[in-house]
Amino acid sequence: MPLTLEIITGERRLLRQEDVDEVIAPGSLGELGILPNHAPLVTSLVAGELRVKTGNEVEEFFVSGGFLEVLSDEVTVLADAAEHGSEIDAERAEEARQRAVERLEQASDADRARAQAALSRSLQRLRVLEHRRRRGAGGRDMSRPTG
Amino acid sequence: MANTREIRRRIRSVENTAKITNAIQLVAASKMRRAQDRALQARPYAEKMQAVLGHLSGVAGDPETAHPLLERRDVNETTVILITPDRGLCGGLIANLERHTGEIVLGPQAGGSGDISMIPVGRKGGDYFQRFGIDFRASFQELGDYPGLAETQPISRIAIDDYTEGKVDRVLLVYASFVNTVSQVPVTVPILPVEPPASDEESSGETQYIFEPSPQEVLADLLPRYVDLLVYQAVLEAAASEQSARMVAMRNATDAANDMIADLTLVYNKARQEQITSELLDITGGVEALKG
Repeated sequence: MPLTLEIITGERRLLRQEDVDEVIAPGSLGELGILPNHAPLVTSLVAGELRVKTGNEVEEFFVSGGFLEVLSDEVTVLADAAEHGSEIDAERAEEARQRAVERLEQASDADRARAQAALSRSLQRLRVLEHRRRRGAGGRDMSRPTG
Repeated sequence: MANTREIRRRIRSVENTAKITNAIQLVAASKMRRAQDRALQARPYAEKMQAVLGHLSGVAGDPETAHPLLERRDVNETTVILITPDRGLCGGLIANLERHTGEIVLGPQAGGSGDISMIPVGRKGGDYFQRFGIDFRASFQELGDYPGLAETQPISRIAIDDYTEGKVDRVLLVYASFVNTVSQVPVTVPILPVEPPASDEESSGETQYIFEPSPQEVLADLLPRYVDLLVYQAVLEAAASEQSARMVAMRNATDAANDMIADLTLVYNKARQEQITSELLDITGGVEALKG
């Protein structure tokens, strides 16, 4: 039985898909893949790329951290923020990266952690875009909201 | 009888008022729809988070010691986060909120439970309680009609920081809960210490979860976000309540103005008719006098 995947953020439900074969998520202990019949699991997520495999298709999402729960073939991602690969704005991500690098150079200890987190978010966004480009960007276009 | 010109001026003035209240009503109605949608969209996230928190609270060990945000202390100081609109013209909403909050922060039992401080969100609540000399830990205004998590997070972060540092022993959230378009009720929700939702028997008893990295660390990640979310949801509901209250208040005002215009028009027509009759009487009287 395939997996059901839900990606929810505080502001919207980004995705609900029922015929997913594998989910690869950026867990806080490293990337983890979830296949059908996975044991019940709750893990925290870090900023990174979430890949969804359906048949031969792969789709990339960006999540900025949050949680992932697996319970009887239902995978729920509670993300602080999440975007489909097609929603990511390359220019903005690049600007954010530069800003974060600048801030990191002159950051006091208190700001350092935050600048580092911002840097990691922008790098991960760019990584999602890079993977998308290399794959030849198929899949749905979610840059325009539906409904 | 008031003279006709004066009545006409009144009518025109009431008509102008009706135009304004009608415009506010239309704006509020469109904002209300969006605010309600947003409040509803935030729900699945909140429900899921509560479910996960429920699973966790069973395994993370003694809730009192598992995380600082769960720790219950004797209450020496309470902070009330009060969410009000920035602008008026929304019927009894603000007055109801102020009365409700007044019972907590100014009422007889207020002194019994230690000191009180507030974090007013929205201009109206801040203006009102400033007069009573209550200590403000922070104050927020102009969050906008559709605030996002980025706007509400500073509020919850102050509460969390104060709580972890031991400056505050209890945090309450007061806002207008959105029941439906015509009914908004002020509610008080305790947000700190966090009250873990009762884990439902079936999921916590039967299923053994794997927690990564560990139940305690997931809990430490989850709890601040949970508090963020409670505040965010309250702000969304408050926004929906504000727009609904404003729409209803302005619709009533427009209706009242239209009634008044109808009444005044009647009075005006009568006065005009009387004037014509008396003028006619004058003329016929004059003609008769000339004949004689």
